[in-house]
Amino acid sequence: MSEDTRTALGKPPAFRNPADERPLAKILLIGLALVFLAFFLLLPLVSVFVEAFRKGWSEYYEALIEPDAAAAIRLTLLVAAISVPLNLVFGLCASWAIAKFEFKGKSFLITLIDLPFSISPVISGLVYVLLFGSNSLLGPILKSQGITILFAVPGIVLATVFVTFPFVARELIPLMEDQGTGDEEAALSLGASGWQTFLYVTLPNIKWGLLYGVLLCNARAMGEFGAVSVVSGHIRGLTNTMPLHVEILYNEYNFVAAFAVASLLALLALVTLALKTLLELRFGAGAAGGRH
Amino acid sequence: MEVTINNIRKEFDRFPALNDVSLKIASGELIALLGPSGSGKTTLLRLIAGLDFPTSGKIFFGDQDASHHSVQERNVGFVFQHYALFRHMTVAENIGFGLKVRPAASRPPKTEIRRRVSELLDMVQLSGLEKRYPNQLSGGQRQRVALARAMAIEPRILLLDEPFGALDAKVRKELRRWLREFHDRTGHTTVFVTHDQEEALELADRVVVMSQGKIEQVGSADDVYDRPGSPFVFSFIGESSQLPVEVRDGTMLFQGQPIGIAEAGDGAGELFFRPEDVTLVDAPDALFGKVTACRRLAGTRIAEIDIANDGHAPYHVEVEVPLHAPIELGSETRFRPTRWKVFRK
Repeated sequence: MSEDTRTALGKPPAFRNPADERPLAKILLIGLALVFLAFFLLLPLVSVFVEAFRKGWSEYYEALIEPDAAAAIRLTLLVAAISVPLNLVFGLCASWAIAKFEFKGKSFLITLIDLPFSISPVISGLVYVLLFGSNSLLGPILKSQGITILFAVPGIVLATVFVTFPFVARELIPLMEDQGTGDEEAALSLGASGWQTFLYVTLPNIKWGLLYGVLLCNARAMGEFGAVSVVSGHIRGLTNTMPLHVEILYNEYNFVAAFAVASLLALLALVTLALKTLLELRFGAGAAGGRH
Repeated sequence: MEVTINNIRKEFDRFPALNDVSLKIASGELIALLGPSGSGKTTLLRLIAGLDFPTSGKIFFGDQDASHHSVQERNVGFVFQHYALFRHMTVAENIGFGLKVRPAASRPPKTEIRRRVSELLDMVQLSGLEKRYPNQLSGGQRQRVALARAMAIEPRILLLDEPFGALDAKVRKELRRWLREFHDRTGHTTVFVTHDQEEALELADRVVVMSQGKIEQVGSADDVYDRPGSPFVFSFIGESSQLPVEVRDGTMLFQGQPIGIAEAGDGAGELFFRPEDVTLVDAPDALFGKVTACRRLAGTRIAEIDIANDGHAPYHVEVEVPLHAPIELGSETRFRPTRWKVFRK
């Protein structure tokens, strides 16, 4: 282009990425997303905390140390402390098997792992009622041995394990499949035993994905309502987890207490989210999986 | 360590990846397993290592039957195609790994491991990089770390899977020479897999040419290039052209016409010859065809010639011609192979 034509035409048009939208469309799309998020996510979250602190700190604190609420918090922590490690081990085993070996029925196993995601949690709870209830086959046998599953901690743990099963496995399977078996073979060829290979090679390779899966699993384990509601029996101070306790308080019009307990769950969600973001920042989207 | 492979067969889901393969590897030898992808060369290497187990057949390390020994028991140094360096460990930790995981009774003390690691780093010319992580190294450096790591366990035999496959051409050539020196210095029995014939011919004492799960030929670079044992080897190694011929009364006939070369043993067969083993002639009894293309190749010129095939697609042959030969595109050219081989049907 000669000097003349350039001056005649003025500044050449700014480069525009062909995949880019027009500015108006961009603003509209971003605005829409923000408004939607504000209305449907941020507003409810803020209102939880506003309601919880409506009558001040002391009321909030009172509501949390009230014996039944404290029992619910303890139970929730206990259930998470049992079911998350269980699912950590199950998830690790399942994803190891799926990612590193070829076997018949592999796709069936993958479908099975996804099952808790695809059925309603209430149904998951009902399954255990049918399995261990007094009219079931197993119920009377267990009862004669003095073992209670339903309306007790074991039932709640079982239901929670069922519902949160996919989180760790779902996170690890794509990661492990992606990494293949090369590193493990290298370790074995250098004389490492199976256990050493797992400890020194496999685990460090998947640790961030594993941590991410555990975080999600934990958040769900503490927040699970449907399945636990069916098997718990709602005995105050005994078999009420935090979400169940929130519901009871709310139904009794005890809003401050209900929202105070709810705020703890909301806080858990926020902490999980923050940790997840931190993981992704530190180790890239690949490390944290970036799925779901 | 001498390695003997006896009638190995390996099936994956009923599909034979290796079919009745036998091979004897002498102690201290540098051997290349050469073949196209799917020929079973990597499978054979993994079977020697103990990373896979044969469906049938036996593998001996020296006089010892190692067929059922695990990879740990075999004590082999294996360098993986993509190196499989442990990304969360430093170079030093990678190299020392094989010593660190030894059972307490045979594990050297920490200071001894450190000494050995720095010795190995010296040997692969990477001193000073012990604190780096694999992703901070170039491809060639990773390669050498992988080699040092494999050597750390004092392996009985060194196995390399496509050792130069992931490197660019220049580094590849350097490392190739370096590996040869390394081998001559350490004297380890070494087997490497490659699909690059230049690499195999230049580097190895003996080349094992494989195709479709079978060994086609074992021999020195001269053997497999100058005396190919099968049509596959002839066409896989180097450049070649092939034509269907018939031998009658000691004369070779192509399309029923004599082409001016003598061959013993009557019958139909496939004539193979290399571009450089051809001479242009001016005689009626010769091969002839139209020159379709001409390209300069370093110090020579290659003419591509189409030989008419009675209405079918023409036979395509390549011949090397002198730089100043009067070759014109579209002109008819007559030539005869000076060295050739006929494989009988």
